[in-house]
Amino acid sequence: MAVTKMKILVITEQREGKWNPVTSEILVAAQQIAAAQTGSRVTAAVLGKGVRRLAEELAAHQLAEILLLEHDLLERYTPDGFTLALRQAIAQSEPDLVLLPHTYQVRDYAPKLAASLGKGMIADCVGYRAEKERVVFIRQMFQGKTAADVSFAGAPPWFVSFQAGAFRGDQIARGSAAAPITPISIELKAEQIRTTPLELFREAKQAVDLTQAPILVAIGRGIKAPENIPMAKKLAELMGGELAASRPICDEGWLPMDRQIGSSGQTVAPKLYLALGISGAIQHVVGMKGSRTIVAINKDQNAPIFEVADYGIVGDIFELIPALSEALEKK
Amino acid sequence: MKIAVCIKQVPAKDAPLRIAESGTWIRETDIGFEMNEPDSFALEEGLRLKEKHGGEVVALSMGPERAKQVIKEALAKGAERGIHIADDKFFLLDPLGSAKSIAAALKKENFDLILTGLQSDDQGFGQTGVLLAELLGLPHATIIMQIELQGQRLKLKRELEAGWFQWVELPLPAVLTIQSGINKVRYASLKGIMAAKKKEIAVVTRESLGTADQPTQRVERIYVPQKAKKTEFIDGSPKEAAAKLIEKLRHEARVL
Repeated sequence: MAVTKMKILVITEQREGKWNPVTSEILVAAQQIAAAQTGSRVTAAVLGKGVRRLAEELAAHQLAEILLLEHDLLERYTPDGFTLALRQAIAQSEPDLVLLPHTYQVRDYAPKLAASLGKGMIADCVGYRAEKERVVFIRQMFQGKTAADVSFAGAPPWFVSFQAGAFRGDQIARGSAAAPITPISIELKAEQIRTTPLELFREAKQAVDLTQAPILVAIGRGIKAPENIPMAKKLAELMGGELAASRPICDEGWLPMDRQIGSSGQTVAPKLYLALGISGAIQHVVGMKGSRTIVAINKDQNAPIFEVADYGIVGDIFELIPALSEALEKK
Repeated sequence: MKIAVCIKQVPAKDAPLRIAESGTWIRETDIGFEMNEPDSFALEEGLRLKEKHGGEVVALSMGPERAKQVIKEALAKGAERGIHIADDKFFLLDPLGSAKSIAAALKKENFDLILTGLQSDDQGFGQTGVLLAELLGLPHATIIMQIELQGQRLKLKRELEAGWFQWVELPLPAVLTIQSGINKVRYASLKGIMAAKKKEIAVVTRESLGTADQPTQRVERIYVPQKAKKTEFIDGSPKEAAAKLIEKLRHEARVL
């Protein structure tokens, strides 16, 4: 993978006319990679039906061009529709690097899109390193216990997705002039789309809104059994916070789904996040790493949760939870 | 219904991982392995569909000799037979290369449904199911939380982000990736374990499948990640540590 003057194509994400906020992050990723390789240009693709307004919103950013992919069959997401439409945009714009946000939607079609062109994708990256004439992508393995440097072999286009939070969306660069919008005519037939998308819905009766809680006490697998939850709940109450959990706890049915923090649950940023017996898998960390102060208590000193913690205690939560409650009750 | 379930063997959750001399994989000695958790939910879903609608479940795993263990576990839980793609160098394959081997092994039989977990707890590519669908020319859906068979079609509940879900429909044959928590995974019974001993595990290799090809990407090295934050570790007895932590949260971080 020797590159200079890279052509970067960013696939933006919207649903029902609203941006997924990770779109700004992925645009920032593209702008930063382009800045490291002089002469590079960044193009953004917007797909859907009736999304010209969204393309116009992007025009203020520092972009060489915006590709507008509109079609009635792109109104609702399907893996077949998006793959076929994006293949046409890629054929026309011939990018070296295709950047996507690592959303559930991207996970659903991007590997297929890349493979349909005989290409590979490095997914769920957390960063990159621009080296002489090449870019190395950094992703996590073993549930965040190790990082990996991964590079592309073979000819472009290369597909990369970045994890939410890997870049700061507010660092997006404005352009000196409005970026031109180029409509791409998409050929798509209803019979090419095998999936029928039906209604979107929310299931959990939102009994509690954890995004509004200033303090969260979150439990993970380390809590071991539902009988142990009341002691964590008591600690949360003493701290003036709410009880939250990582996914396995809600999967087990020990706490309702609206208490779940992480990519499939809530994304929170309280002033204090206390993680009890949570190892810190990526899917959990993306939902809480923006918290102001993070405390982790875990028996494994190598648990990835400590990588994002401000304060850490290596120890047994069944000793520390009562000790913390006692310390709080004293005052 | 003829169902294939792709399962992977990964290091046990609490296994202390050390990086191998090569710098591109972990040291496999002295650690335990287990069935990748998302795949165990896929297996359970496959078994339940078979029990409800009839048919057979075939458990497929790629990896070195040790990977046979998760196939045996699947057979003990009720799968009819196994396919082992014996490959000591599976960890050097990129997602597309892995999927090509698995697709070649699956292609020989006409499965109605192919299930995988949504991602593996070791490499975590999260691409295999989607790639299998593309390579086999089948429709797919990912991160599935409920499966309803309606004649030759499936009605599926897909999980989206932030508490959203969506119903989708697609025709069989198809590939699905299963979200953890979709069901309660069973334990193997003693009877099942005994019965599994008589069940067949077919062994194939990448060479026999004819799928050796050029990787699209290469892991250059793996390493312990640099900390994003400087963590202040608090020590002492539980009582001392708790008191120190509360003190720091009150007066240093000022969040209590």
